[in-house]
This record gives sequence, C-alpha cells and structure tokens, in this order.
Amino acid sequence: MTLALSQNVVNLMYVVASVGLILGIKGLSHPATARRGNFLAAAGMTIAVAFTFASPEIDEYWLIIVGIAIGAVIGAVSARKVKMTAMPQMVALFNGVGGGAAALIAAAEFHRLTPAPDHVAGDTIAAILFSALIGSISFTGSLIAFAKLQDLMTGSPITFPAQQVVNGFVLAAALGCAIAAGATEAGVWMVLLLALSLLFGALLVLPIGGADMPVVISFLNAFTGLAAASSGFVLDNNALIIGGTLVGASGTLLTILMSRAMNRSLANVLFSAFGQTPAGGAAVAAGADGQSVREVSADDLAVMLAYARQVMVVPGYGLAVAQAQHAVRELADLLEGRGVQVKYAIHPVAGRMPGHMNVLLAEADVPYPQLLDMEDANPEFPRTDVALVIGANDVTNPAARTNRDSPLYGMPILDVDRAANVVVLKRSMSPGFAGVDNELYFNPKCAMLFGDAKASLEKLIVAARGL
Amino acid sequence: MTAQLISSITILVVSIFLGIELISRVPTLLHTPLMSGTNAIHGIVLIGGMLILGSADSSLEKTLAFVAVVFGTINIVGGFLVTDRMLDMFKRKKETDAEAPDTADR
Repeated sequence: MTLALSQNVVNLMYVVASVGLILGIKGLSHPATARRGNFLAAAGMTIAVAFTFASPEIDEYWLIIVGIAIGAVIGAVSARKVKMTAMPQMVALFNGVGGGAAALIAAAEFHRLTPAPDHVAGDTIAAILFSALIGSISFTGSLIAFAKLQDLMTGSPITFPAQQVVNGFVLAAALGCAIAAGATEAGVWMVLLLALSLLFGALLVLPIGGADMPVVISFLNAFTGLAAASSGFVLDNNALIIGGTLVGASGTLLTILMSRAMNRSLANVLFSAFGQTPAGGAAVAAGADGQSVREVSADDLAVMLAYARQVMVVPGYGLAVAQAQHAVRELADLLEGRGVQVKYAIHPVAGRMPGHMNVLLAEADVPYPQLLDMEDANPEFPRTDVALVIGANDVTNPAARTNRDSPLYGMPILDVDRAANVVVLKRSMSPGFAGVDNELYFNPKCAMLFGDAKASLEKLIVAARGL
Repeated sequence: MTAQLISSITILVVSIFLGIELISRVPTLLHTPLMSGTNAIHGIVLIGGMLILGSADSSLEKTLAFVAVVFGTINIVGGFLVTDRMLDMFKRKKETDAEAPDTADR
C-alpha cells in the first residue's frame, strides 16, 4: 500500500506549511492576533505532517499512525489537565521531548548510514552529530528544569567544587566523542556522545536557580529549534530546516529579551548564576544586626486595607502556587465595594515566566485596566496607602537599587517601600529564588502576615466582610 | 558541496533573519505564549521521525524512530494546546471588558 505523491508535490506543500508557521509566529507576537497566530502555526504543522505521509520514501504507515496517536493522547491530556500555575514546567517538558526526538533521529540515522563503504558525506555526519549533541542537552536540561519547577528537587542552585571545570571537561569529552564518531563511524562513539551530552544537559541546568528557570527554558527552546534544523540537514528536508531555524533564531532573541527584562546578560544567567553568592549568609547577618520583623494579624490588616484610599497588590509566584488568584479578586471586590482603589503592579518577571502573572490574573477575571506594568506602577507607590505584597520577594528587594554587593543589584524592581505601608503575605522568612535575603522585611513600614497566600487571603476576606 | 547543501544553507540563513525579525517587537505580556508557541513549532522534528520510521529496516532504527514520533507528537499537540489555553484567557478578558483600552501594545 502506498499513498506516495512525487517528492516535488510534497516539497511544495512544505512551502505552504512554512508560510503557516511564519504567519503563526508573526501573529503570536501581537496581542490582537496571538490566538489566530497559534492556530495558523498549528494548521501549517498539520499540513506538513499530513503530506509527509505521502512522501515517496515512506512505505510503512501503521507504526507511524500508532506513534502519533500515542503522542497526541499524551500531549492533549497533559495540556488540558495542567494547572495554569504549573504551565512553565509543562512547556519545559514539551521542549525536552522535542529535543529528545531530534537526538533519537540522529541516532537512528547514524545507525542506518554507518559504517559506509565510502565515508558518509561530511555535512550529513556533522549534522547528525550536532543534532545528537544539542538534542540530548535540551532533553536532560529541560527535565532538570521541570524537576526544579515541579519541586521534585530543590529549586535553589546545586553547586559543587570546580563545577565549571567539570562541566567544561564533560562538554570537551562529548565533542571529542563526536569527532571520533565522525572519523571512525563506530557506534560506540555515538553512544558515548549521547551519554555525555545527556550528562552535560543536566550539569548545565543544576547550578541555575529557580528564578532564572524561564530564561533557561527559553534558551533550551532555541536549542531544540537548532537541533530540529540540524535534523533537516540530515534528511535534506526544507520544512525541518525552516521550522527549526525559525524557533532557534526567534528563541535566541526571546531569551536575550527575557534576560534583559531581569537586567542581566544571558552569560550571567547561565554561568555565574545566583549560585555564586553564598545563599543564606545575608539572612544570618541581617538577623544578627538586631533587626526584627513586625507581624500583623489578619484582622488588623483587614482594617488597614478597608480604610485605605489606594491599595496596590504586588503578586508573585507565591500567589500562583497557592492558587490564590481568585481569592485576591474576591478581596479586591470587597475593598472596591468600600470605595478603595485597587490596582495590581506586575513586575516583568512576576510568576515564573514573563507574562505568567497576567495569564493567572486574567484567569481570575481581574479587570485588565487594573494591571499596571512596572513603569506605570512605580510612580503610583508614593500615592499608595498599602502595598500588599503576595508571595513576591526578589522583585521588591530594595537591595537591587542600593546594595552594590547584592546579586540582585541593578535589577529593576517595584518600589513598594515608597508606599505608606507595606504588608507582605509570605509563607516564611525563607529567601526567594535568588537565595538573597530581603531587607524590605526589616523596614519599619513593613509588616508580615505569615502563612499560605490563599489561606491568609481567605482570613482577610472573612475579616473584611465583618467590618 | 552539493547543490542541495547550498540551497539548505540559503534557507537556513534566510530563516535566521526571518525568525529574529518576526518577534523583534513582541510585548512582555506575550513572552510566555510566544515561547510556548515556538516550542510547539520545533515539534516539526516529528516529520523527521516519520520519514525514518516509514523507511527503517532494522528494529533498532524502528524503535528509535518510533519513540521520536511519539515525542515529536507530544511536543506539537501539547505545545499548541497549552498555548491556546493561555491565549484563551486573554481573549475572554477582552470580551468582558470591551470598553477597556488595549494597553498590551505598549
């Protein structure tokens, strides 16, 4: 049985598919067209996959259909089931399997082509080895990112002595295996290359803290794009080259934009992450200074909020993990019913990805005009009676403005300390993802309400109703 | 260098510039959906898996390519669906606040 069309027809349809992908990415970069863009990209992808079935070289369909069916069910169920708060790690996981697929393709092609009577063409073998390297790094790197965000392992940087040296050695060994695999065409070098690349992917992400994970995911996303493009060179397939390169290039730019939003360079994120600063040391020092934090009860805070003119909510990831976006909305409604102005200050990297917090608050139907980005929010703080910081930490740390020694120094922050009062809802005094203590908490204007964000908000709602 | 390789390199270089140009003005609001959407697009590696699985002779190649097809499909289907879910939330917001100015372009 064969469905084969001529290769020319298939290639022409790949052009159509590529137009869909390009228009899709274009659409995705504008708010009004984002959804249609996503649909167009999906349509382009469907065309590419459908006409691949008609490629002359394919003569076995059932295995492909079964594979696609299994993948589609897993992908659809996980995309539907995942909570919006867990979405960053889901994206990491989807990215990882894409990288894994590129590495597997490289391995299969290597096995099929070698050993060749004459050597395999140089560009083909180079593309195979490159896909194997990059795809594997993306696979394990994404899995570690997933594990960190899903709290399967600690989110703080994992470091050990001479880490950079060890990582450099593993990468050099992987490259050595790649050269050996290309020269000898022996399978053992390919297996070693895959193993070392997988190891390097994990080692690369282990020392990076949770706060930087969005940048890392974006970076690995670009990596997987490059791996896919490289598979295109292996298989002489234009659709793969175009699709993969588009992601590789746009993903690289997106990664740089994200690092810039945190006022750091990409190299700084990847190689001298917050892990270089002894975490916790600052916390002890601050405590030893005899400074203390002030606690406030839910009832007192409810009164403070109810009689404020303007309340600025500063949401952070703590709000997201506690699934508290609906509770915030409810509290805001109550306050507005009493004539209080409620606004939300959204830091560019609030949540765990840029724009993540907007998604979560939109889910809770928070009116769009109440969401202020950093440039608009900061001038409002001096006019604000209460800045209500919910599970945000590093993005409010004044050390970013003042303390040159802080690893956060230079990062744009929300100036909550310029409000008349600051109240922080937080689970404990533990430092944020950056592992840096927040001197805001020792500010006399600042009070703390400890506990899970959602539980605290619910207490506040009850107290506010009773007023 | 074969003619095929040269045309592949041409496509590669043009695509690099296109990819950069396409997203150079993206607002922060859309960083996450855009990352997720492009994430789905590199799932196109699926068609590489299909081509190998459809023509593989050895069982090792079949196994590797089969897993690649499953992985690639998860990447595509999951990626596009999760992006759609994110964007759906923005859309719902706009309908309820039809009079709200669209501040996202800033």
